[in-house]
Amino acid sequence: MEEVVRLENVTRVYKVGDVETPALRGLSLRIERGEFTALVGPSGSGKTTALQLIGCLDRPTSGRVFINGRDVTDLNARQRALLRRGTIGFVFQFFALIPTLTAYENVELPLILSGKNGRERKKRVEELLEAVGLSHRAHHRPDQLSGGEQQRVAVARALATNPSIILADEPTANLDTENGRQVMEIMQRLNRETGVTFVFASHDPRVIRFARRVITLRDGVAVDDKTLPEVTGEEQK
Amino acid sequence: MFRMAFRNLGRNRRRTLFSMLAVALGTALVLFLAAFVEGEIRGALDLTILLETGDIQVRAATYDEDKFSLAWEDLVEEPEQVAAQLEDLPQVRVATPRLRANGILSARDQTAGVTVLGIDPTSEASLPFAHGIVDGMFLTADDREGLLVGQPLAESLGVGVGDRVNLLVNTANGDVDEQTFVVRGIFSTHTPGYDKSTILLPLAKAQTFTRTEGHASLIFILLNDRQQADALAAAIQDPRYEVLTWRDLNELLIQTESLANAYMVVYYLIVIAITASVITNTLVMAVFERTREIGILAALGMMGRQILSLFMLEATLMAVGSVATGLLLGGASAAYFGVHGIPIGDIGAQMSGLLFGDAIYPYLTLDDTLTVSLIALGVTLLAALYPAILATRLEPVEALHAQR
Ligand SMILES: Nc1ncnc2c1ncn2[C@@H]1O[C@H](COP(=O)(O)OP(=O)(O)OP(=O)(O)O)[C@@H](O)[C@H]1O
Ligand SMILES: [Mg+2]
Repeated sequence: MEEVVRLENVTRVYKVGDVETPALRGLSLRIERGEFTALVGPSGSGKTTALQLIGCLDRPTSGRVFINGRDVTDLNARQRALLRRGTIGFVFQFFALIPTLTAYENVELPLILSGKNGRERKKRVEELLEAVGLSHRAHHRPDQLSGGEQQRVAVARALATNPSIILADEPTANLDTENGRQVMEIMQRLNRETGVTFVFASHDPRVIRFARRVITLRDGVAVDDKTLPEVTGEEQK
Repeated sequence: MFRMAFRNLGRNRRRTLFSMLAVALGTALVLFLAAFVEGEIRGALDLTILLETGDIQVRAATYDEDKFSLAWEDLVEEPEQVAAQLEDLPQVRVATPRLRANGILSARDQTAGVTVLGIDPTSEASLPFAHGIVDGMFLTADDREGLLVGQPLAESLGVGVGDRVNLLVNTANGDVDEQTFVVRGIFSTHTPGYDKSTILLPLAKAQTFTRTEGHASLIFILLNDRQQADALAAAIQDPRYEVLTWRDLNELLIQTESLANAYMVVYYLIVIAITASVITNTLVMAVFERTREIGILAALGMMGRQILSLFMLEATLMAVGSVATGLLLGGASAAYFGVHGIPIGDIGAQMSGLLFGDAIYPYLTLDDTLTVSLIALGVTLLAALYPAILATRLEPVEALHAQR
């Protein structure tokens, strides 16, 4: 199988003033193309930190990070921005849409950043909004959308540039059960249909259920890594 | 990008409006000040040229302006002929001989030192006086005992039309002579500094009174186009005469102008510093407010440079809008007062050596407008640079952690 992400003995120590907080203490993991993987663990175990390192938003204190086989540990801010643009999509816990832009424009934004022309963009945005079931909400602004709808727009936006991997940090934490399930189902369907890799962090069992692989973190290291037998969404309920 | 910047402006309308208003008012104020100073200088220059110096003066080579010398060798001979010849030149609108002498005017127990100006009442150059008669009538060329008194002077001496006054003058041979005149009229050129020290006599009477028959202190020349003064002055050079242009004669005023411009720079800087700090503040607040949003943009792969341009674009929209408003405001008020004038009373009279009218008419030049708009735009953008750079300095991780 093709490797998308590899962390080699990664540590990350946060320094606030004189206080050092080790968030990761030697994490190693490999994620293959097409996975639908959950990072789980108690609060403070380093899930968010791990996603940020994989997403090239942050750099490890030691150890190495590989994306698509390329060592990205030492890239500068500009190179990392370029890499994120085309290779990585993000879905955050809070509904991270740009409040001044409509749903349509939010999805279009990463396409503009990667220099797609108008016609390509229109086609792609319409296709994606359709996929998350929000075509009829295209021209609403975030404050006119429900939390679940906003998060679906965020998923569409994360997918826009056909990234290798989508990282979702507690994507359903601010949603009720029904909306959370909808978002998870959409992500799961997109994972099956497009083969894009999803890694999400959560401590919600209702969300973890969807995963096919569950990596458990504790105190900044992986303590468990289970691949579940292939099951359908229906059986999971 | 543009859409985003534009909509960002609408997010905190009160704050955007407030900072735009600050820039607009700053721009308007500076523009108005520039127009005010320009108008003040132009007004003073126009008045001085019209009343005192002319566009060109021709006088005897040895004439000493400060002494008001009346010795024959210091005066222009046969001035009527000289003036007539000059008036034949196509560039010349009017040329007229004038005699200037020092005198002391007394009425009852009051006296005042005055400049006695002998003018040709029929000349077009005397129109400002003729039009400025506020009481009584203008002079006639053959009047032998009448004179005109400036309004403030008449008031301070307590004389009115028809009153008798005593005038003492220096004469050509260095003596003094004295004679009683009748006040024919009171004039006002709306130039307090001039009106309080000038009395007018018909040229012929002034000449006989001062024993300078057939002579004049100077030929006063107005041109159709002031800008031709230098060329024409060069063309009429003659060893017997000294030919001076309005530039030579108003050196003090022209120097004042550059001084005033230097002062303006100080005003500019003050207004600009205030405006700039408002802009910087607004945008720094905006950056803090939108920290998480900046984090999202960074996560989406927006590079520092692009985030910078987003904020700068926002600032540019704001700057262009508010500078345009400011130009409109400043331009409109300059135009309004340019027509109606800003009364300053006789403040101008206290400035010795310069003639200021009793009102200032702001005058806006294209030059000033351009300078002010460019400076305002430049400063606004410069002030926006710091917050914009602040935005790009944010680490994506930390930005995403922010609460808003
Ligand atoms: N920016 C930061 N500065 C300082 N310390 C941090 C920072 N981010 C995280 N930490 C610390 O690092 C440790 C791991 O944090 P992290 O956010 O990765 O955990 P998590 O597993 O995502 O927790 P949660 O389930 O609460 O989201 C925690 O102790 C946290 O306090
Ligand atoms: Mg977390």
